[in-house]
Parts: sequence; C-alpha cells; structure tokens
Amino acid sequence: MLVPLSWLAEFVEIPSNATPESIAEAFVQVGFEIESIRRTGANIEGPVVVGRVLAVEELLGHKKPIRFVTLDCGEGSERGVICGARNFNQGDLVIVAKPGSVLPGDFKIASRMTYERLSDGMICSTRELGLGDDHSGIIVLPDGSALVGEDAREVLQANDVIFDISINPDRGYALSIRGLARELAGSLRTSFLDPVERLRALKLEPTAPEKATQVKIVSGAQLIYLQSLVNVTSTAPTPLGMRLRLEKSGMRSISSAVDITNYVMLELGQPLHAFDRSKIAGTLRVRNSQPKEQVKTLDGIERSLSKENLVIADDEKVLAIAGTMGGESSEVGVGTSEVAVEAAHFDSLAVAKNARFQRLSTEASRRFERFVDPDLVELASKRAVELLVEITGATYIGCVTAGDQVKRRKVDVRLSDINALIGYQYSAKEVEEALTLIGCESKVEGDLFVVTPPTWRQDLHRTADFAEEVARIHSYDRIPLSLPFARSSAKPIGVLTLRQRRRRSVTAFLASKGLSETQNYPFSNDTFIKELGFTGDRAKTFRLANPLSDEFPVLRTHILQSLLPTAVRNINRGNQGVAIFEIGSVFRAIDGVPSTKILSTGSKPDPQAIADLFASVPSQPLMVAGVIAGNMELNGWWGKGRRADWSDALSFAMEIVELCGSKGEVGRSDFAPWHPGRCAEIRVGEKAVAHAGELHPRVIELLALPERSVAFAVLIDAIPEAPIIHPGALSTMPPAIQDVALLVDENVPSESVRLALQEGAGELLESIVLFDRYEKIGGGKVSLAFTMTFRAPERTLTAEEVNALRKKATDLAAERTGAELRG
Amino acid sequence: MSGKSEESLRAEIEVGRVAGEKALASATDLETLKSAKQSHLGEKSAIAKMSQSLGSLDASLKAPIGKVLGEARNHLNELFDRRLAELTLQRDREVIESERVDVTLPLRRNPQGGIHPLTLIDQEIADIFIGLGYRVMEGPELESAWLNFDALNIPADHPARTMQDTFFIEPIESNLVLRTHTSPTQIRTMLTQDPPIYVICPGRTFRSDELDATHTPVFSQVEGLVVDEGISMADLKGTLDYFAKQIFGEDVVARLRPSYFPFTEPSAEVDIFFNGRWIEWGGCGMVNPRVLETCGIDTAKYSGFAFGMGLERTLMVRHQVTDIRAIVEGDLRFTRRFGMGGR
Repeated sequence: MLVPLSWLAEFVEIPSNATPESIAEAFVQVGFEIESIRRTGANIEGPVVVGRVLAVEELLGHKKPIRFVTLDCGEGSERGVICGARNFNQGDLVIVAKPGSVLPGDFKIASRMTYERLSDGMICSTRELGLGDDHSGIIVLPDGSALVGEDAREVLQANDVIFDISINPDRGYALSIRGLARELAGSLRTSFLDPVERLRALKLEPTAPEKATQVKIVSGAQLIYLQSLVNVTSTAPTPLGMRLRLEKSGMRSISSAVDITNYVMLELGQPLHAFDRSKIAGTLRVRNSQPKEQVKTLDGIERSLSKENLVIADDEKVLAIAGTMGGESSEVGVGTSEVAVEAAHFDSLAVAKNARFQRLSTEASRRFERFVDPDLVELASKRAVELLVEITGATYIGCVTAGDQVKRRKVDVRLSDINALIGYQYSAKEVEEALTLIGCESKVEGDLFVVTPPTWRQDLHRTADFAEEVARIHSYDRIPLSLPFARSSAKPIGVLTLRQRRRRSVTAFLASKGLSETQNYPFSNDTFIKELGFTGDRAKTFRLANPLSDEFPVLRTHILQSLLPTAVRNINRGNQGVAIFEIGSVFRAIDGVPSTKILSTGSKPDPQAIADLFASVPSQPLMVAGVIAGNMELNGWWGKGRRADWSDALSFAMEIVELCGSKGEVGRSDFAPWHPGRCAEIRVGEKAVAHAGELHPRVIELLALPERSVAFAVLIDAIPEAPIIHPGALSTMPPAIQDVALLVDENVPSESVRLALQEGAGELLESIVLFDRYEKIGGGKVSLAFTMTFRAPERTLTAEEVNALRKKATDLAAERTGAELRG
Repeated sequence: MSGKSEESLRAEIEVGRVAGEKALASATDLETLKSAKQSHLGEKSAIAKMSQSLGSLDASLKAPIGKVLGEARNHLNELFDRRLAELTLQRDREVIESERVDVTLPLRRNPQGGIHPLTLIDQEIADIFIGLGYRVMEGPELESAWLNFDALNIPADHPARTMQDTFFIEPIESNLVLRTHTSPTQIRTMLTQDPPIYVICPGRTFRSDELDATHTPVFSQVEGLVVDEGISMADLKGTLDYFAKQIFGEDVVARLRPSYFPFTEPSAEVDIFFNGRWIEWGGCGMVNPRVLETCGIDTAKYSGFAFGMGLERTLMVRHQVTDIRAIVEGDLRFTRRFGMGGR
C-alpha cells in the first residue's frame, strides 16, 4: 500500500527529529515491511508554477495531435508551450515548468524550437513531477484552488515521503491510513487521533428518510448501510487536496463521487460503492447469484455468475459483484443527480470466492477478504455523506440499514501464559500498555486480563494472539535467547535414518569417483519421455494443471529424463569430462492419479482417515542416476586415457548396491533408454533395483551425445535393509589355487558359468574370479579363464581333494552351460 | 706354523692385519668390500689359517698369539662393519637419487567430481541439529493439499493461499499439489508422533515462479519444529541465533521481526546481520495452537516453535552467489568448485 507521510501526519504525531528511515524502522519494528521509500518534491528544482490556459491552438499535419498553448503564468506577459496532452481547455489551471527548471530524473527544461514553434517550458503530468504514476494527461487544477504564478510545489503539496508498505493478510485494518497511523503511533509511542471519534459524534440530518432506497440482506453480509442523496452535481470537481492524496496513494481521480468513496476507503479502510440511485429498481439486496445471471462490470467485462458469487441486486437485475466491483448499468456518471452509497460488512469468504471465481482482485476485495472493521459500516458511510454534501452540493435524504450491529466480545488472557509463551517476564503494566496501544480495553484482576478487543481485530482470540501483540509492541529485540535442548526432560537424541545414511554414502562415493552432483527440476514432457523409449508403468506421468511452460508439463518418472538434458547442457557449454549424477524422487502414476481427501481441522481426524490420507499420496521412491559422456580416465603424462564403457556404469551401480549393504546379481536387460545389447540389471533377491550400460544409439543420436555414452540408475528405496553380517572364522591354513579355462558358446553369460563353477566346487571354494575372456576362438565360442581359490578351515587340502573339487565344478559348468575344459 | 718365533708370528699377523685394513678401507662399493672381507677374514685368509693352526703352537705361545690374532680379527670386523654401513648408505643415496620423480605432476587421472553445495549445506545443517537432539524427517514432494494447506491453518479461499503460487496436479479434484514448503512433513510428524518432537524437515519445494536471477520454481528448504513442554519464543530465538552462528560465523547476529504466517502465532521473519547489513533469512514463529489441535496435541500441556529458510538463499548469502541459476542449472563447473566437502 502506498502511504503519503503527509496523510499519516494528520492522525499521528511525527517527532520533529524523525527521518523517513526512522519512520520506516518504526513500522518494521511492529511488523510492517517497507518495500520502498520515495521522497517527492525535493527533486523538483527551479521555476515550476501554476499557469492559466489563455488559448489552445491545434497543430495539424503531425503524426499525433499536438497543441500550442498560450499561458498566463503571472509574469505580465504570455508564454507559449507545445503540449501533446488533450485533457484541458481554455481557462484551465495547469502546472508549467519554466525554462531553467529541473524535474525528477534530472530532466532539464529549456526553451526550444519544436513543431515550428518556440516552446517556452512544459506543461506537466503527475508522473513528470514524480508525484504519482498518472501520465494519461496533464494536471488540471480545480478552478479556484490556486493562484496564477504560485509555486507549484506548494500548491501540489509536492514535498512528501511515500512509503510502500506491505500489509500481511492478518492485518486488514492496516489497509488504511487510520490503521497504519495507529500502528506508527504505537511504535513511536506518540499520540494518535482516531478519525472515527469525530464521526461517531457527527449527526447527519436526513431530509426525507421515507424516500431513501430500501435495502435488505439475503445472504453473505452481516450489516449494510445504504445512504441516499439527491441533487448531486456530478460534475463538481474533486478538491485538489483530496485528488493529490489519491494520486500519491496510487489511485486515479475519476469523478468527485467515486473519488470520495475511494478517499474514505483509503482513509478508514471501508470500501464503499456509489450507485446511480435512479438506476436502482425497488430494493437493493445482498444475495448469492442465481445460475445464468450476468453483469457487466466497470472494467467493461460481461461476467457470467455462478451461485458461488455474492452480488448486489435490485428487484430486477444484478447491479454489482459484492465487495469486488460495481456494474456499468448503475455507474455514477456525468448525468447522475441521485446517489446511493453502499457500505457493508460482507463475509470475508464470500468476497474471496468472488475474487477467485471471477479472477478479479480489487482494492475493495483485498480489504474484505482480510476483514474490515464492522464498526466502519456506519461511520464510513457517514463520512462519505458528509463529503458528498460538502463537495457535490448534494442533499442527504436518509439512510436504510439491514443486518446486525457488531457485538463486542470479551477474552480472558493470563499474564503468566503470555510470559511463558514468549519466554520473557512482562509486567502487568507493560501488557496493559501494549493492549491499549492496539485498541483493546482491558480489566486487570491479578494475573487475569479480561480483554475487549477492538472491532477491527477479529483475529484476537487466545493467548498466542495477544502474546504476539505484546511482544511486537515491546519489540521482539527484547526477547532473550535460550536453547530448549539443555532443559528438555526428554533428552532428545538425534540420529540419521538408514535412507539418509545411504544417501550420504552414495553421494560421497560417486563424487570421489569423479562424478559431479547436480540437482535438476523434476519436470519433463511426454514427447521426450517417449523418445527416450520409456513405456508402460515407466511412462505413466503426473501432469501439472498449471505448468510454467509447455516444455515441462509433467513430473519425471525417471531421473535420466532430467539428467540427460543437463548432460547435454554441460557438453554445449564446452565442459570436459562430463560425468554427472543426481539423487532425487521419481513420480509414476502407476494406478492413475489418486484422489486425496480434505479432512477437517481444529481437532485430530480419526486414525483411519489419517492412514488413508497418507496411503493415498503416491509413493515417490528415491533414485540415483548418473551419465558419463567421455573419459573415465583422462589423457595425461601417464599415458592415454580411457573412455567410460558399459562396465564402468554397471560397476558404479553395483558398488552403490553394495554401499547399501546388499549383494546384487547381474543379468541382461533391455530397458530404455539403454542399448538393448549393452544393458544389465542388478537384482537383489527377485527384484531388479538397478540398470546400467551404454545408452541406446538412438538416444545418443537424438541428444547429440558423444558416442557410447553410458548411464546407470539405482532405485535406492528398492534395496532392502541388509541383514546383520556374520563374518565367520578366518582359516589360517594355506590356500590351493587352481586356474581353469573353459570354452563356451559366446551367448552364454559368463556369470552363469561362474555361478555353476561356484556351486559345483562347494563350500571349500573361497573365491572365484574371472581373469580373462578370449574371443578370437572362432566357431561362435569364447574362452573364459577363472582363478579358483580353495581353502579348508582346519587342514591343508591335498592335491587329490583339490582336483576332485575342481572336476565337480567343471562338470556342473558343463552340465549347466555346455562349457568344455580347454587344453 | 710351528717352529716360528713369537716375533715372526706377530709380524705375520701384523702383515695380515695391515693388508686387511688396507683392502677394507679402499673398497668403494659393497661388492669389493665383501670380497675384501672374504680375502682377509674369510676361511682362506692368513688370519683364519693362523687361527686354525693355533693348536699346533707351543703351549707358551698359544695364549699371547691367540690374543693378538683375536685382536686383529676383531679390529678387521669392526672396520668392515663400519665400512659396510658407509657404503650401504652411499648406495641407497645413489639409488634413491636416480629414482627421483617430479611429484608436482598433475594428479588427477579421473575427472574431478564434487558434491552439490545444496547437498553439502543440507548435510551441514542436519549435523548441526542432530547435535541438538533433532531428527531429520523426510516427506513426499507430491503432497496432499490438506497436509500442505488446510492442516497448516491455510483454508481454501484464505488470502494466505494466494501468497504461495502453487503447482496443482491434474485433475484439480485430486487435491494433489507440489508442496509449497516442507511444512506438510511437520504435520505428518505431529500426526504420527507424540511430543517431545525435535525435528528438521529439509527438502525440495515448489512455487510457480519463473526462473530468473533470484527466483526458481524448484528450491530447497529446511524447516525446524519443536513441540515440548514449556517451549517459548526465547527458545526459538536462541535456536535461530545458534543456527545462524553455525552457518554464517560466530560474529553473526540474528533478530526477529514481527510478521504473519497462518501456521504460527506469534510469527516473525528472521534476519541476520552479515557483511555489514541486515539480510532476510527465513520465517518462524510459535506453532499456531490451531495447528497443534488439528494434530491432536494438547495445547494446555505443550507449545512449540517452527522455522524455515531457503537453502539456495542461504548459499547465495554465504558464498556471495549473485545468480540463482548457477545453483539450479546443473553446470558441473559449479559443483566442482565446492569439491568433496568445501564450504
């Protein structure tokens, strides 16, 4: 909210030594963030004065309409100025920057020839003077509001400070000068003059109450006041002071009646709406819309309404969207002579729904959504009547109300509870002072405070609410520091879970092996997922209802869907040795998109409802994946490097499985996005937990990756918790080492041969390692050479025993895999 | 040897001793030294031969000649040992010198890897809080709207919901969202565990902001939650001050500033004074009793505090990273600058 200091100063005493910064800090201390501080006026230099338009000459034949304006600036002679704006007439008072003046942005004004005329200065808009954003036309002063030749800075009250203050949703009352002035006074501990005190005493004299327009509430509001006025001079100009305040607050002057409602809203916080009373058929009512009703709102949009919309209607039609925006049919215009001013206390939720269903957020709806002081319904509408009578010469005929006046409530709060929650010993006097400053009335009975919160604070209900007020008014800086840990009787113990420990060790392992960790957005798109070859459950995505771009409308089902593009980005940036990995969640809509329930709040839902809710949220397992597109060993003084190949990827995957405490078995796989002939899976038990190998040639081509780039992926959450290891005794007997070379068909996996040898050799086999694979045999055969190490626990094996074990092993390998002993 | 006079025997020994002395001293490598020993102390050396025939000497000569022989042998042995030590040392020096390499050659045969700074700081923070007795809770990124909003006192149509630009899952009726904070993990914790609760909830969070130098739609948070008897705002402030000092340095000061969150009351922003200015670090407050009640926690007995901060922002402040894109784009040069455990 844009707030001029000059307006605040009407209600709060500003200390003489205050600076804009110290005022900003005072706001921050009580919880109002200052987005910006803008000083106005100080950067207007030189002769900027009020001038009267004596004559307007239209210059034709240019790209845009241009005027040559003759002015009286009180200098005894006329002054001619070129001007592009059109919102003024002969006789108007305007602001003229004379040559030699300097406007904000170091904009120096000088005499110059343009459009074949001498332009001897400039006629200014609000924006050019740095007083607001309006640049739709030049400033035209109301007649009689200034003298020709007068210093414009004085006339425009240009020397000011505009704070842009962000207001949190719980402080609707602070969306007003009144609310912010109270907060500032509370923070500065200076005096505050509440503008509504005068209004409470103000007596309006209705001239014809029986003729006032009737009003009733059907739904969606607690209280409404409808003030009726006649003899309105709709063309009466808005007083300059009011207009300047509106502009400094970021609003535009529209017409005196509308300006008055906006002014009262900014001053007090109560949104008002002025209807052309002659357009209201019968009784004005607040009600929910019926299906198929429509209204054309003031922004020119024809809006279809649903039963969720709260509207203002008369006997025949919808006139406005309640608390949000008025309608064109009852708009106050040039011909309006009768006005009805509506002030209501609408249900916050109803207005919030209006704003959401119509995608329309206005100054009014923002206030109603956050809660408006119900006491203002009467007071703000009186203020509007007062101003309408004064400014437009209207006659007040009377007021009709519907609904109930706000009832004050009392809350019991204990000093000791506040002090316990804050962790500071406030005195009863300090608490009472804080409560008074925010507008509460309180009665103290020992530890007990019986508090009557002000009407604008419907958020004050329990200890925590009052504790915040006390703590902020006395500054959070006063709260001491303590650590609960040392005091807790429970002596909490921190420890990482298995999953967290796995994540740490996998990360450290891969990084130490030369891979760099990345964290990528978990978004992808169906086309890409399909191009990578994912099918079935592995391609069932969750779709975003509101993606940021068409490039990323779905959640990834596999880490490689986001890691591969990152590999490509690295390559495109000329990074060498691209070896990257990511650990993160993957999302698969295997059972479609589930529906999750909205449970009740305020007390704990029943355990079954909670269990069902947790179960309805899709599981999102943790996966680690890596891509290596380049050398695993670099070229260097030691010799030539070595490209990463499928077996590097597979060994990373296997080591990750082992880091997680499991032994994996390797088997062939044809999963995407890998090369079907160069991809392996790792199983733990019956379950495949990892895949690794060379990427599919089509994928490599698609992404323009280096040839034979490799990748691995391990589903960390699928690896079971390992059982306790029982290492057994270590034999000190000598080992017997035997090498065997076997001929097998080249399609036989070496692991099948190894497993057969291992099983055949029995328990005395300590280890078996494949140390050579020789392919150039011919006849579709390969030679596999193994080293088998035998050892008995308590004796030395004889040569005969070892030969017999070796034979059992090769026999079983022959039976299972057709392996023949070689040579 | 028999029949020779004592003088001639002594002279013979002296000749053998002098010759041995000379040979051992002049040996310049271990091989010559060993053959010199062989010649002058070995079985066929003069001294050895004389020792072997000592028995044939007159009884009166045995003792004096034996003594002189022993002295000569000992002398030569000592000489040998000394020379052996000298020459071994010399040989070692020569060998080592000839095998010297340039140890300043480049070391890395493998590409350099690294741990992403978001992971490093996540681990650092987990360790800080584990030291304070907290546990680390994880929760799903794709989350129920009730856990992400309603249970945190953010009802539908409340202005606070629009404070957080949410990614919704299609169809909207699924009530599934990408969590906008890790607070639903706090709710999960409170719904399933009894106080005392001391946890942090780190993780990825999502808001539909376009990526630019200071915003990213996917970011990381760490939140903390304590629910116990007698927990106060002073505990919150003390915890955050400790946390800030651990992360940013001992001379850093944390302050609280009044603010608003639907799930805390009182609420505050936490600022840190770092490198000469106040920087907004995160949000915090005392857990709103309504949130505790929704989770079935007895508000007459327990109170709690919660806080949350962005890890990207924390990194940007501490490491003076000016563009958030460096953190999220996955350029391995960025990760490599942090190496295996830099901060």
